[in-house]
Amino acid sequence: MNKYEKYIRYQTFPTPWCPGCGDGVVLKAIAMAFSDLDLDPNDIIVIAGIGCSGRMPTFFNTNTLHTTHGRALTFATGVKLARPEKMVVVISGDGDAMAIGGNHLIHAARRNIGIKMILINNGVYGMTGGQVSPLTPQKFITETTPYGNIEPKFHPAELMIAARATFVARETVNRTVQLKEVIKKSLQHNGFSVVEAISNCHINLGRKNKMKNPVNMTKWIASRTVTKEQYEKLAPEDRAHKYPVGILQEDTARYEYSELYHKHIIPAAKEAAKKEAAARNNKK
Amino acid sequence: MSKRKVFQGNIIVAKAAIAAGCNFFAGYPITPSSEIAQHLSREFPKMGRDFIQMEDEISALGACIGASLSGKKVLTATSGPGFSLMQEHLGLAVMTEIPLVIVNVMRGGPSTGIPTKPSQADMMQARWGTHGDHPIIVLYPAFADEIFSETVRAFNLSEKFWNPVILLLDEVIAKAHEDIELPAKKDINIYKEKVNVIKDLNIYDRNIGENPPRVDFFKGYPIHIDGLEHDSHGYPTSDPAIADKMQHLRMQKIYHYQDEIIKFKEYYMDDAEMMIFSFGVSARSALSAVKIAREEGIKVGLFQALTIWPFPKKALQERFKKIKKVLTVEMNMGQMKYEVERVSPDDVKKDTLLRANGIPFTPQEIVNSIKEFSK
Repeated sequence: MNKYEKYIRYQTFPTPWCPGCGDGVVLKAIAMAFSDLDLDPNDIIVIAGIGCSGRMPTFFNTNTLHTTHGRALTFATGVKLARPEKMVVVISGDGDAMAIGGNHLIHAARRNIGIKMILINNGVYGMTGGQVSPLTPQKFITETTPYGNIEPKFHPAELMIAARATFVARETVNRTVQLKEVIKKSLQHNGFSVVEAISNCHINLGRKNKMKNPVNMTKWIASRTVTKEQYEKLAPEDRAHKYPVGILQEDTARYEYSELYHKHIIPAAKEAAKKEAAARNNKK
Repeated sequence: MSKRKVFQGNIIVAKAAIAAGCNFFAGYPITPSSEIAQHLSREFPKMGRDFIQMEDEISALGACIGASLSGKKVLTATSGPGFSLMQEHLGLAVMTEIPLVIVNVMRGGPSTGIPTKPSQADMMQARWGTHGDHPIIVLYPAFADEIFSETVRAFNLSEKFWNPVILLLDEVIAKAHEDIELPAKKDINIYKEKVNVIKDLNIYDRNIGENPPRVDFFKGYPIHIDGLEHDSHGYPTSDPAIADKMQHLRMQKIYHYQDEIIKFKEYYMDDAEMMIFSFGVSARSALSAVKIAREEGIKVGLFQALTIWPFPKKALQERFKKIKKVLTVEMNMGQMKYEVERVSPDDVKKDTLLRANGIPFTPQEIVNSIKEFSK
């Protein structure tokens, strides 16, 4: 047995994912990151919403919670505030995090609550059969854009940078070692972190867009991603449709939310309580 | 010196929650419930307890569920529009069997409605608001002392039955300042949860009718909690036999114990020939009305439901053996009257006093209905 397998819950296999799906890569990368950090499975909770990504917690041999569409972060917020010492991981898809759950995402980033989010971006609603998502590229054919998608897409990592998330990274399922490393770094970050993992859905997106097998699709992903250093060297006109990978933003100066609550709010309130009690005694 | 003090209804809810040991509140501001959040934002941190204001009511209940699963005793408070948003996560809490208390200080609806006026129009939403078959417990205090006792009872029931409990409150009662003698700590009965012994992760394993023990995260075993239909391990399944068993487990844990859950008060019922069925602020007006009508020689009594769901069917059917006239008084266009009709035999005459314009009934208006109905 490999060391990371202690974090895998084999009794719930098989997964519902199609052969060649990138979700399995992300699952393994997360388990390996847990293993590298030698975390106690009892101290980890993995929470997800709905969709192909939503099924992922089921396969972690840790505390796991499968919740509602787009709202895993809200449950995670409750867990983190209640148990700040625990490792709280949220897995989300692009429909989950960017459409129905967009509001929760920006607020979690704003609060800087210590939740570790892995946002699997496959550019489509896979579980429901391949409808357009807020991350589907323009002109792509999906089940609900039969004449091509006319909507521009979000750039999740850049959106998170704008929301002042204190750790933002992007990787792809092609680069499993780098993906694992960046997840590991995000788990060590004290504050809200988001890792965008660009993944392939050749069945429900690729098939309709001349990329019907995982090889075509991961090659397409590779053609659109460059390292952060390469990206910075590109002329602005060459940057369209290129996405930098690696750690894109890291801010270690800001306090984590639950830490701030326990270090600032509770002592301040206790001080106020003391003053109130003293005032009451003086009256008597 | 009298121990009676004056508090606002919402503050009584907050004080009762503190007394019950509630140690986590997540909410979103909404009139007329905001004083509950405000009070707890001030008091909870003094006791090292958690308070957070979320980005909406959906996330408020989500945070409550996460905290409840992490071992906290949780509360949220809202009003109609927020309660509508909470239905999604209310369903998840029922499905995953999570104890929590939701206070819904009702206001006039539908939609934004009449924010600062009372209404009793969320009766059916409290029962059936979230999708799918589900059990629910709904309590509805009317008097200041009941606000305290029913809030404590809401926590007790939620923890005993591993189910969300909804506490309905009228805007006028939540906002009114009334005098109350808060019970001493030793007189407050708090349910002590059973400690669950986990064997092979069968967290949902029990017989139909049994009330479950509670399971939390971070207790040394890697549990899975799922909003999908699940087996006794909590793992997703669509096996019809398992789904059937789980549906019955969830429903029966409430209905098997309904005699313990259902609570009501009766006034002037011994020799009554007519019964008023009411709750909340309407029951308070009705009680005054009954006293006035009694002075005029009309034999009328009041049945005040404190537990709305499960519906006090057995108790009412017992009364209908003698009493052949029932007047349902509620501040809506007619909701609980259908439940009364459903449980009453054909020989019982039914009448209603209904209104949904934001103005509570005066005792005299109810007296007029009593007189009309007694003819």
